[in-house]
Amino acid sequence: MSEIVFEGVSHDFGAERVVDDVSLVLAERRIGIVGANGSGKSTLARMINGLVSPAAGRVLVDGLDVSRRAREVRRRVGFVFTNADNQIVMPTVREDVAFTLRRHKLEKADAAARVDATLERLGLTDLADRPAHRLSGGQKQLLALASVLVAEPGILVADEPTTLLDARNARLIARHFASLDQQLVVVSHQLELLEDFDRVIVMEHGRIVADDVPSIALDAYRVLIA
Amino acid sequence: MIGVFHPGRSIVHRAPALVKLGLLAVFVTVAALVSSLAWLAAASVGVVLLFALARVPARVALRQIVPILWVLAFAVPVQVLFGGWEAAAVMAVRLLVAVALAALYTLTTPVSETLDAMQALLRPLRRWVDADRVGLALALTIRCVPLLADLVREVMEARRARGAEGSLLALAVPVIVRALRTAEHLGEALTARGFDD
Repeated sequence: MSEIVFEGVSHDFGAERVVDDVSLVLAERRIGIVGANGSGKSTLARMINGLVSPAAGRVLVDGLDVSRRAREVRRRVGFVFTNADNQIVMPTVREDVAFTLRRHKLEKADAAARVDATLERLGLTDLADRPAHRLSGGQKQLLALASVLVAEPGILVADEPTTLLDARNARLIARHFASLDQQLVVVSHQLELLEDFDRVIVMEHGRIVADDVPSIALDAYRVLIA
Repeated sequence: MIGVFHPGRSIVHRAPALVKLGLLAVFVTVAALVSSLAWLAAASVGVVLLFALARVPARVALRQIVPILWVLAFAVPVQVLFGGWEAAAVMAVRLLVAVALAALYTLTTPVSETLDAMQALLRPLRRWVDADRVGLALALTIRCVPLLADLVREVMEARRARGAEGSLLALAVPVIVRALRTAEHLGEALTARGFDD
């Protein structure tokens, strides 16, 4: 299992402090982050992939400083966004999954085999030649997940991956997340998604206000937002 | 190119994208230079045979070609007025042949193969041109068309819901703001996928 370390991390957007002196070690397999809008949870998650560089402190993934060695870190850390539409680049499902591997310098046959295996794993084989932008919301999110998984990252970070989905598609995505071998860090408002996780972190005004097993941390969050 | 690829195993599908692009350029140039209606008619028959060879259903092929008929509906009468019937017919058939050939290419070639072909074409110029970057720019251009179309549709619906149908401001401002935000998100997603230089 990988180790993600936050050492005295802070970040500001303009005059507003969104992450305030956070120190954490994430070594569990499935970690959830919850918090109200603007609590800093998405910023914290983005720091794991180097999408946001901390203004103070540092983030390490398996000992690699994310700010200095972002490219290496991104090979280990996949990121799934809330809106899958923003993640899709190529016109068809198969091409979009294959697009991720363009920079991996694999043999054509190896890349094709890896794409086929990923599509199969996520139940997208029948949609492989369909236009990606005409898929349903749930299918698009599965495609976004496939496009990340095809690179075989050790860690998967997801920022509210089910927020834009209906209950059925949210359950479908949750089922796929549950079956992944990767270390998972999931930011979510949907608390039931995190109930089976190993650890849940609750954020408020850029700080960690609870950090425990889901049954305790989620109760603390419910009290916080009540 | 925007999701019009029609999968298949025909010889046209299997032909390398570079060969198809080369032939497309040659045929369209020849069609532009030939002014004999008889030769253009023969070329039209050839194009129909190519579609048959590619096993592209007529319905799918027509969907790609019909939009040009709207252009011809305006252009042909003007050409008849200024150049006569024969010139109008030559122009119309020439345009139809060119559009049909381009449609055949996009229906039988995945975008990724076009990107590979373009990168191969640009390889001799690698000292001056970053082929990966050009390929990425092309892919993003293609991607942005349906993305922007969805965005404009949503904003127009919102504008109608607010009873501001005629307001250009109520269309332009949200479209520009959302387009910029979408561009930022798309850039972030590309960075996350390793396209960060």
